[in-house]
Amino acid sequence: MTITFDKVRIDRGSFRLSADFELPAGQKYAVIGPSGGGKSSLLYALAGFIDLGAGRVLWQGSDMAAQDPGVRPISMLFQDHNLFPHMTVLQNTGLGIRPNLRLSPAEWDRVHDALTQVGLQDQGDKKPGALSGGQRQRCALARVLLRDKPVLCLDEPFAALGPALRVEMLNLVDEIVTTSGATLLMVTHQPEDARQIADQTVLVADGTAAAPVKTATLFDNPPQALRDYIGDAC
Amino acid sequence: MRLVLGTATVVLLLAVTLGSTAAVLSFPGRATALNAGDWAALRFTVMQALISATLSVVIAIPAARALARRRFIGRGVLVALLGAPFILPVIVAVLGLLAIWGRSGLASSLLVAVGLPPISIYGLTGVVLAHVFFNLPLATRLILQGWMSIPAEHFRLAANLGMGSAEVRRTLEWPMLRAVLPGTFLVIFLLCVTSFAVVLTLGGGPKATTVELAIFQALRFDFDLGKAAALALVQVALCLVAAALTLGFALRAEFSLGLDTPPRRWDGRSALARGIDWAVIGLVALFLLLPLSAVGVRGLPQLGALPPGLWQALLTTLLIAVPVALLSTALAMAMAGMLTRLSPGLARLIEGSSVLALAISPFVIGTGLFIVLNPVIDPFSMAVPVTIAINAVMALPFTLRILLPAFQRADAHYARLGASLGMGGWTLFRLALWPRLRRPAGFAAGLAGAMSVGDLGVITLFAPPDLSTLPLLMYRLMGSYQMDAAAGVALILVATALALFVAFDRGGRLDDHIR
Repeated sequence: MTITFDKVRIDRGSFRLSADFELPAGQKYAVIGPSGGGKSSLLYALAGFIDLGAGRVLWQGSDMAAQDPGVRPISMLFQDHNLFPHMTVLQNTGLGIRPNLRLSPAEWDRVHDALTQVGLQDQGDKKPGALSGGQRQRCALARVLLRDKPVLCLDEPFAALGPALRVEMLNLVDEIVTTSGATLLMVTHQPEDARQIADQTVLVADGTAAAPVKTATLFDNPPQALRDYIGDAC
Repeated sequence: MRLVLGTATVVLLLAVTLGSTAAVLSFPGRATALNAGDWAALRFTVMQALISATLSVVIAIPAARALARRRFIGRGVLVALLGAPFILPVIVAVLGLLAIWGRSGLASSLLVAVGLPPISIYGLTGVVLAHVFFNLPLATRLILQGWMSIPAEHFRLAANLGMGSAEVRRTLEWPMLRAVLPGTFLVIFLLCVTSFAVVLTLGGGPKATTVELAIFQALRFDFDLGKAAALALVQVALCLVAAALTLGFALRAEFSLGLDTPPRRWDGRSALARGIDWAVIGLVALFLLLPLSAVGVRGLPQLGALPPGLWQALLTTLLIAVPVALLSTALAMAMAGMLTRLSPGLARLIEGSSVLALAISPFVIGTGLFIVLNPVIDPFSMAVPVTIAINAVMALPFTLRILLPAFQRADAHYARLGASLGMGGWTLFRLALWPRLRRPAGFAAGLAGAMSVGDLGVITLFAPPDLSTLPLLMYRLMGSYQMDAAAGVALILVATALALFVAFDRGGRLDDHIR
């Protein structure tokens, strides 16, 4: 089980990004690099939200070009807008089982279980507007649990949270991914986030997404592009 | 100063709307009982408005959906065209509709060719057809706004969750429609209840007379002020009920010219959905463009031989429309200045009062002014000033809606800075606010002017036979079946409305570097 970026090129106006490497499944990857460097674009290309300029993205050796975002083996959490504001927490989470929300009582029980797992057992009837930022992302994570896809992409969903809360959320993600054996791709600005849960790190800078390197190795001996980005932070 | 100017404007507005209504109510002859014909007029008014509004909204839903999820070259132009009926003179559209749907029009010729009877456009059919022609674009734009207000992120999230067209409809589109449709329906219902020129030209007779037309006939042909007052009362009640319902839904119309490009979507890509969308877009475009093209084709050869009285009519039209544009914008500016200084609740209440101009029909206002003026001066000699005043008030809800948000923004950003520099009153307005308000003010004035150019309302009530505006000239030509000559005048009329709109709108954009 592998994710393959095969001579991928992404063109968006003057912006260009190339990627040509494999990500063995079941691991946790951080994606790090300067703003506007293309970290999100790399995830969007994988999830099917943007078209490739050239190349292929493969899952287990088969090209995903013809697959719509919803049928790809991927759950994605965005920075915000992860929940529909007019639906309750329970409904938003239930979408993870079936997007038409016609669920059997047993399936609703699973929705309750997922909410309990992320600590939102008492919040099911609230609308997202009544939740805190952290609670909203917990609800989205509960939905990830129910979707049970082999790949989880995080496009900085915790960037707006305080440091303590962020560590807490990362632990929750770590727990979810470790239990399910899913592959994690996590965009982050923070070297310490990468160190906390990612085995490997993909550096996206200067128009190229580099093949993954062991996180500890990368930060102990950073290449110039990474040093320019993080300064003296590690 | 703001409060003084603003209060003066509100007092003027109330005097013209409520004052006229009061004059109508206090008229001694109002005891005239309504006869069977008047009740028939009330029934017809409500019925045609219900049918027109229902048809407009029902067709607008698939049209807006198609425009919301298809990207194609010319989409921007088409959406901008949907805003055009706003400044398209009613009488021009009626001429175009006659060319397509009339007894000897294109559609009837096709029907006759296959052995069916021709369409008879005069009466309910024609009134509904013309109202759908005018309001389908409005409904489509309002519903399209609803669609475009669904964040692109929601469609992305829906795609990520694997939602198909049915689920997207249920979770995203239906809740939006439920919020947007009632207001849209009511606005159109109200416009159809107060519509006059359409009914004047395509309706009439005992079977197709509206309350508005009955008021006009009572005043113009029977000189029966008592009857007119009684009918005016019925019309006010009808409009107030509809307007109160509309305000309840707090519809916020936007007047931006083009809407953004649609977000990328992953639903509705089946061949069936695509086919439906393209068919709807094609049919709606044909429905709107064919009548207008017909006027163009018919009118162009006439430009060499325009009827006598045209230039006089053009001059009168401009003598009315330019003051209307300036007056309506000035009134809106004065009101906006005051509203920015009031508490939000009070401001909304007063802004709502400007909608009185929509709820109280121009003929009720006209009737009131007629009653007030009649003992003092011959009302027919006051045709031009009265028309200017009424048209300026009628345009106020629109000009205010355009100016108020811009005024609030400019005030919030720069009033404090200006005050800290010692600017006050007029200086603050001239140096800090006006440069930011020129553009919306130009747009508002252009809109008010263009609406007034095409107006065939109050002027018909007051105009003596020797006074004529372009729409009035067209109406008289059509009345004597000189359709080709009318088409020639129609082109001059549309060109005038457009030219006035562009002149004011561009005028507001000069000095653009100030942004």
